[in-house]
Amino acid sequence: MSGAAETMIDVRVWRGAGEGEYQAFTVPRRDSQTVLDVVTWIQRHADPTLAYRFACRVGVCGSCAMTVNGRPRWTCRTHVSKVIEDGRLEIGPLANLPVIRDLAADMAPFFDKWQKAEGTFVPSRTRHEPLERISPESAERQAADAAIECINCGVCYAACDTVRWSPDYFGPAALNRSWSLVNDVRDAGNLERLAAAASNGGCHNCHSHQSCEQLCPKGLNPTASIAGLKRRTMQAYIRGEIT
Amino acid sequence: MSAVRLYVWQRLTATLMVPLIAVHLIVIIYATNRGLSAAEILGRTRGSIAWGLYYGLFVIAASIHGAIGVRGVAREWLGWREKALDRLMWIFGTILLVLGLRAVIAVVGT
Ligand code: SF4
Ligand code: SF4
Ligand code: FES
Repeated sequence: MSGAAETMIDVRVWRGAGEGEYQAFTVPRRDSQTVLDVVTWIQRHADPTLAYRFACRVGVCGSCAMTVNGRPRWTCRTHVSKVIEDGRLEIGPLANLPVIRDLAADMAPFFDKWQKAEGTFVPSRTRHEPLERISPESAERQAADAAIECINCGVCYAACDTVRWSPDYFGPAALNRSWSLVNDVRDAGNLERLAAAASNGGCHNCHSHQSCEQLCPKGLNPTASIAGLKRRTMQAYIRGEIT
Repeated sequence: MSAVRLYVWQRLTATLMVPLIAVHLIVIIYATNRGLSAAEILGRTRGSIAWGLYYGLFVIAASIHGAIGVRGVAREWLGWREKALDRLMWIFGTILLVLGLRAVIAVVGT
């Protein structure tokens, strides 16, 4: 595409922090163009003060998520053709998080909740002991596998209505992480982890309406992980291990 | 009250109510199909320990289930604190229980 025949996209981009407004830009349409390409074009050619975040550009780092035409997306792997509506794109920061500036959301609350959900590995052996051998076929390993590919992009967190209603709720990503550790036979922190999952911010907030599963760019299913946590916390409660 | 405890009680009472509700509906359909009058119905239920136990259990399960449900709605929609939510749950559950048990007594009492 070139010259007068060039097709253009009407793009509206959020500017400002909590207070702000959408600013209009006209961006040339390209083949195989991603939403991140559009944002980068604006910053390079229209307004160098535009703040946004990305690193890998290939769907690995999880830093480029934004709200595109009302839905959270990983922008580096989202083709414009997939999300454009009537030649228009509206691009804002991720929802359910404070905005630092323009398209950069503050991810701190998102990661704080991983800590609150006890989403860190607690080793059961020291470095002086031999590595534990885990069979790839074992049920626990496969359950952990299903939840393990998360890139911490925050798309599910922004998609979750329950996070919006209950600001204490840990959200799908943190609980998905918790579930992969619950299934990790090397881990020694499960009692604390299940207690966290059963606390007020935990898995029982989830309405199982699956927006997280629908929009997770890695095709993970946090809803299923959370259902697993509901089962395991119930068992632990009945055994009297948590209250 | 802890989230997991509320969850367990709500699921438990829900499970209990599934067969209770089925029987309740069958009884309603039976009574209306047969065109039983209020007096005829009372004639069968008055003094019946079985109906007393059945509806007594139903009322207890429904009170617990409903109170936990209303607590959940208030938590999300009104954003109340845990203490206030617990109080709401107990008050609402007690009202349901009292109203329900009064109705049971009216039906099976002699
Ligand atoms: S299924 Fe649960 S975690 Fe996922 S979006 Fe719905 S409420 Fe949130
Ligand atoms: S679960 Fe999916 S959507 Fe959520 S942070 Fe991980 S990769 Fe992103
Ligand atoms: S820039 Fe790394 S995932 Fe998009």
